[in-house]
Amino acid sequence: MNTELQAILGRGWKKPPLIKRPWLRWLLLAGFVAYLVAAFLTIDVNWARVYEGLERGKQFVLAFTSPDFVSRSGDIWDGMVESIIMTVAASVVGIAISIPIALGAARNVAPLPVYLACRGIIAISRALQEIIVAILLVAIFGFGPLAGFLTLSFATIGFLSKLLAEDIESMDRVQAEAIRASGARWSQWINYGVQPQVMPRLIGLSMYRLDINFRESAILGLVGAGGIGATLNTSFDRYEYDTAAAILILIILIVMALEYLSGIIRARVQ
Amino acid sequence: MPVGDRNGAKVWRRRTQTESLSHWALWLTGVAIFAYCWQQISGATTWFFVWDAPRIAEDIWTRATPPKWDYITQLGKPIWDTINIATMGTLIALCLAVPVAFLAARNTTPSALLVRPIALLIIVSTRSINSLIWALLLIAIIGPGVFAGVIAIAIRSIGFCAKLLYEAIEEIDNTQVEAITATGASRWQIMAYGIVPQILPAFAGIAVFRWDINIRESTVLGLVGAGGIGLQLSASLNVLAWPQVSLILLVILAAVVISEWVSAKVRGAII
Repeated sequence: MNTELQAILGRGWKKPPLIKRPWLRWLLLAGFVAYLVAAFLTIDVNWARVYEGLERGKQFVLAFTSPDFVSRSGDIWDGMVESIIMTVAASVVGIAISIPIALGAARNVAPLPVYLACRGIIAISRALQEIIVAILLVAIFGFGPLAGFLTLSFATIGFLSKLLAEDIESMDRVQAEAIRASGARWSQWINYGVQPQVMPRLIGLSMYRLDINFRESAILGLVGAGGIGATLNTSFDRYEYDTAAAILILIILIVMALEYLSGIIRARVQ
Repeated sequence: MPVGDRNGAKVWRRRTQTESLSHWALWLTGVAIFAYCWQQISGATTWFFVWDAPRIAEDIWTRATPPKWDYITQLGKPIWDTINIATMGTLIALCLAVPVAFLAARNTTPSALLVRPIALLIIVSTRSINSLIWALLLIAIIGPGVFAGVIAIAIRSIGFCAKLLYEAIEEIDNTQVEAITATGASRWQIMAYGIVPQILPAFAGIAVFRWDINIRESTVLGLVGAGGIGLQLSASLNVLAWPQVSLILLVILAAVVISEWVSAKVRGAII
């Protein structure tokens, strides 16, 4: 019997700690606590204001039980339709652009210069948030859904190309080689060797991105890029909580429906 | 195998007649929908501004470069606030997400009929509304400031963390739980020694992943008045101080890249 076992025999068992070295464990813990204290001290909360706000919070929660779809129904309808139109158009264009970029960003399909260029595009698109892109595009293209549409398309490229490129890189080489061995051109190789392998993933990702685009389109209106966000912002500013609750319920319902739909489609294609 | 007929010779085809017909119908509907959407967008657009866009873009570019570097001395506190919003928001969200996840997972929920739908509803509704909208709402309720940002990030993150966590709980190895049960452990002991050790790596991964996303989101929360560096951004945008805007954008970009790097490192170390 080894000495390690000898030492713990006859004593109660204790869970081994996550971090073995005690000094590191205590240092991390102390640092974390110090950070928390520092953070707490710098966040100045006006508790009187918060307490005042609880009443309005209660009103808002109650508004969810009696949402007002009627009195601003025209605005809500227009905003929702604009959001959906932006979502659909941006998803179509974004997916169409991201497929060639994904092919370029897959190391087993593209040569190195193309690979680097496409990876650069993906990195830029992923690093910039939608809302910041929307602010710049609104400044350049003016208010309206065109700015929102361009923003969402741009954001779609980064997301979809990256994930699709990873899928292309991890595809089965054998099938693609078999097509190439039969004397296929490059376009035929992509069409019959690569595309069937990544199609289920592409459809699944596209549905997921459609879902994300709709959620994002709800906030683009805050900076003037069209969609339901402007209506929502106005209703908050006017303290019309029942209208705001109605819009939020609609957003949640549409997102749930999209998620359900994409679940069905993904289950069918995979 | 679908076979076509070309001058009497049999030729391989990818799809049968009906298949390709339905494909075409599907594509036609898709293109029609897209054309309609595009028509609506272009109808709502002032095309004069769009044709003018290259000039405007160039104008903004010349105004925004070079960034006003000495403005960075005023950005220390906003950056600290931004990091605090993300970190505190993530911590609060994790505390709330753990019970929700346990209630939502099929194998740990106390009642699949009554409690699980409520937990799932919490997950869906907090997840489908963007943190900017939560911030907007909280500012109307509890007033502008960092606190509203923290709560907004926390609420938004609950759904995300709880969803990933409950999926991890549903995928645990049941034999370990059975082994703990066989020793005569109580319900809480099973939880602590059978389930928690199995989901701990997933939990840590989710926490860091969400923290990274929250850093991104908290940089723009200030646009609606919820504190952080976005406040400076919106102030600079409102007075058209483009050199300051470009510096803030650079700082945000750096923060996003660093947080992504940190989260990738930490996740690599854990998993």
